[in-house]
Amino acid sequence: MNAPDVAAFKPQDFKSDTKPVWCPGCGDYSVLSSITKSLAALELRPENVAVISGIGCSSRIPAYTTCYGFHGVHGRALALGTGLKVARPDLTVLVTGGDGDGYSIGGNHFMHACRRNVDLTYIVMDNHVYGMTKGQASPTTEPDWSSKLSPGGTGVRTFHPLVIALAAGANFVARAFSGDPNGTAAIISQAVRHPGFSFVEVLSPCVTFRPEQRNWKELAHAASVAQTDDPVRAAHRVMTDDGFNIGVLYAGKRTPYQPPVGKSLDGAMEKIEKEFLL
Amino acid sequence: MSTRPAGRRSAKKKPVVRKKALRPSAARKPASQSSVYREFLAQARAMEQEAAERYDELADQMDVHNNVEVAALFRKMAEIERKHAVRVLGSFPDTPSSSLAPSLAIGQPEMPETVPTSEVHYLMPPYRALMLALESEQRAQSFFARIARTTRDARVRAAARELADEEREHVRLVKEWMKKVPKPDSGWDFDPDPPVYSD
Amino acid sequence: MTVRCGLSCSGWRHSYCRTEDFLNNSDSFDAGGVRSVSIALAGSGGAGVMTAANLLLEAAARAGYYGLMTRTSGPQIRGGEAAGLLRIATHPVHGQDDRFDALVAIDWQNVGRFAAEIALGPNSLLVGDPAQGDPPEVYVKMGASAATVPFKQTAKGFPGGWPNMVALGLLAGLVGLPFEALKGAVEKSLKKGGGDALAGTLASIKAGMTEAGRFTSMKRLAPPSAPSRRWLITGNQAAGYGAIRGGVRFVAAYPITPGTELLEFMAPALSKAGGVLVQAEDELASINMILGASFGGVPSLTATSGPGLALMIEALGLGVASETPVVVVDVMRGGPSTGIPTKSEQSDLSIALYGLHGDAPHLVLAPNSVADCLRTTQWATRLAEGLQVPAIVLSDQFFGQARAIVEQPEATEPGGERLRAAANTTGYKRYALTPSGVSPMAIPGTPGVTYTADGLTHNEFGTPSSQAADHIAQMDKRLRKLTSVDYGEDWADVEGEGEIAILTWGSCTGPAREAYERARADGIQAKLISMRLLSPAQPEKLAAALSGVKRALVVEQTHSAQFVRYLRAEYELPCRLVAFNRAGPLPLRPADIHSELLRVSRS
Repeated sequence: MNAPDVAAFKPQDFKSDTKPVWCPGCGDYSVLSSITKSLAALELRPENVAVISGIGCSSRIPAYTTCYGFHGVHGRALALGTGLKVARPDLTVLVTGGDGDGYSIGGNHFMHACRRNVDLTYIVMDNHVYGMTKGQASPTTEPDWSSKLSPGGTGVRTFHPLVIALAAGANFVARAFSGDPNGTAAIISQAVRHPGFSFVEVLSPCVTFRPEQRNWKELAHAASVAQTDDPVRAAHRVMTDDGFNIGVLYAGKRTPYQPPVGKSLDGAMEKIEKEFLL
Repeated sequence: MSTRPAGRRSAKKKPVVRKKALRPSAARKPASQSSVYREFLAQARAMEQEAAERYDELADQMDVHNNVEVAALFRKMAEIERKHAVRVLGSFPDTPSSSLAPSLAIGQPEMPETVPTSEVHYLMPPYRALMLALESEQRAQSFFARIARTTRDARVRAAARELADEEREHVRLVKEWMKKVPKPDSGWDFDPDPPVYSD
Repeated sequence: MTVRCGLSCSGWRHSYCRTEDFLNNSDSFDAGGVRSVSIALAGSGGAGVMTAANLLLEAAARAGYYGLMTRTSGPQIRGGEAAGLLRIATHPVHGQDDRFDALVAIDWQNVGRFAAEIALGPNSLLVGDPAQGDPPEVYVKMGASAATVPFKQTAKGFPGGWPNMVALGLLAGLVGLPFEALKGAVEKSLKKGGGDALAGTLASIKAGMTEAGRFTSMKRLAPPSAPSRRWLITGNQAAGYGAIRGGVRFVAAYPITPGTELLEFMAPALSKAGGVLVQAEDELASINMILGASFGGVPSLTATSGPGLALMIEALGLGVASETPVVVVDVMRGGPSTGIPTKSEQSDLSIALYGLHGDAPHLVLAPNSVADCLRTTQWATRLAEGLQVPAIVLSDQFFGQARAIVEQPEATEPGGERLRAAANTTGYKRYALTPSGVSPMAIPGTPGVTYTADGLTHNEFGTPSSQAADHIAQMDKRLRKLTSVDYGEDWADVEGEGEIAILTWGSCTGPAREAYERARADGIQAKLISMRLLSPAQPEKLAAALSGVKRALVVEQTHSAQFVRYLRAEYELPCRLVAFNRAGPLPLRPADIHSELLRVSRS
């Protein structure tokens, strides 16, 4: 029997040679770093991890890793990831994207993914804006933030992803902050290890369209209470969440959804044909 | 850093040739001051490594964004950090650092010597890059100095003092370097072109 | 020696078909009866019309006949008026006939609404229950001879008797099915019941059969031909099973009429075959789920109808650009928009061919009979996997929901496996510019060849690139992938010789072929071409098929002649095209196509 690899994969092994095109100062650099640290700490192999994304700045992430990746269409990453994980339960599936991709066009899939509770991890890099299309309000943008598409602000209440995730049945709900890459890596590791649908909302400032988010460094604070496995308690807490509580809110006990992918029965075709045969 | 129990895999009765364990001889010693010392060195080494890696990443970012001067500057800083790591800590056994260095606290998230990714700008002039390097070295210096002040381990104290001294020297060098580059105007981050659609 | 069965089989070769059979008109007599009978059974709420109609079809199958059953109903979920439309024949049939020989109604509630679908003639029978009043004017006006049979009263005479079973017996007697066949069908379906239920049912049937003796004008069926292994199957089931034979082991499902039954068939079938089905929240999810599963190396499928296909279009483009194979069966229905969910049409042709934004070559195939749904879906799966591209299979409501007695399909050859990248290939390029255009695909879990699949235009490594050279090279690659394959003989069914041709596809093939046979009996030399592979177009093959043809009658079920436009766009046509296009919801009739063919041949 061989000894385990002394040199397990290091974080750098999970970073590809492709240099990101994100603006210097972007929080997503930290998140990429956190993800690679987490995967290394979990002793995963790049070929057994798939990073699935939609469209947006943060959705560029798969190509920046050495894992398998699928850069899909806008808003549908969770569906891609769900199909992959259910068909290939042996893989570790991370779904990544931004707040526009995930909460707007992807909102429906977000809700159903929480409800379905497939064992995958969803990491949303939330910068309260549509960055890639140059600065429109997203569902998490403050109602009074003025943009070209919505001068004077949208006037529409923000979307609260942690509330939705919890209400829809996600088995793990957490918030992290790109300004704390190691803390984020720890949360991601915990999320991946936790069975079922794990949702990590990462506050990740946009240096180009929301430069004022530099103050998130001051606003982000460790959650004052430890995580809970009681959804009622979690629900109570999240309703008074200020949007900057960092930590794991909820780690539940729901059984993950994974229909059995079994071997074919003996004589499967004949068994199926019996239905038609005269 | 915890060590794993030795001989975990030798379930057979016959003594087996010792396989390469995760930790070399350090695993044999009882938890003691010597492991505190090793832990400190591993942390210091990780600091230098992380600093170097971060400088390389920032250099890549500057390359992609056509800030050639600062890219070169960051690469040089990476080189310096790597040399430092090798020189100061090269004599100790190759203890692998944990992939996840402990988070110190929200607000002081990464290791002291690492330039935070949020602080860079694609138009940043060399002076500002050096300012970031300066702040990193100063944080590192404070870090080691505080350890030197507060630790009860004599070897750690000695090492910390030495490292603090080194960092102080780096601070001086960076300040010298800064004198040689022009101070930026107030409008250094002005870009007449609007952002571009790429996706 | 095998003879190509051009008559009404699925087109595959059967050694036992006799050439002279081809020339007989379906109305002609053999020594002991006709070759095809069409009957309709109608009624409303609680009458059990569909149960009886299905039993009749099963009995016909047991008796050795072929047949086809479609149904029509009002919009109510339950209790609405419904009619089972059956055609029973001594040879395989693939469409409804021009007229029904009999319309039997358990009651007449709203049955008049089916008048356009149930054409009767002067030789047809119109039978109702005297207790239910007179038949609707519209049927009487068709010239059929009206009669009555007291279904309700007769059924009351037996404990556990049912009016619809009396009607079933009547129909069986009219058609000439033996009682044993009915008994077998009923016993199988009442497996759990028995006792009074069975006795009452059988007694009702017998009584109905006795009543049939009155109707001497009705032509009975000739004896069935030599027995063969046959299946009783719907088009939706056939397509689903074809996919499983082709290797599909993952399905994402979102229900939509008339495709839902295909998905419902897949659920238990997949669990036998070692696959899995997930119900999705919408079509956007189901198409993306199957792309994800396929990316993971598992051949995947979903089924939908027009509105769902429209939603899936964006992701199909992703499949093309990322070279991820999937199969989407579009069971077409009346359009546009919500259209007529329960009726058939062929009007998704354009969106299937041209709906993807950008230049996105992909596969489009169309089965041309219920049995062909199996073969074509299997072929589509194999092609998709081998060429790493999405395939749209254009079935329709007619096929999907028709229940047919068909020859057991042949076992098929293996082939069309995905080309997989070997582990640790140095310098692996997912989208390498190979001569065939097909580049090895790395499957997650395989070390050393990780890549990111992307809808963004990319270079050979898969890295996003807006470089002109990369864009052109990859576009050329993906086109070359499809066009450098020899698709063999299955691209179309081609038969006959002559200066006139019928060009058609899908469910129009059945009535078109009948029209073609009648024309040949009239002495008209004609060709019949039913296309199965619509994209990529096969210009050389069609040119060869049309050699010598001066005029082609293009038969399709669309309002805007989508098939004609497609032919004009994609092919050099040596002949003049005459469009014969009719929108849904009614199926095309052989007689209409026949008379048009005569007109064209004289012009």
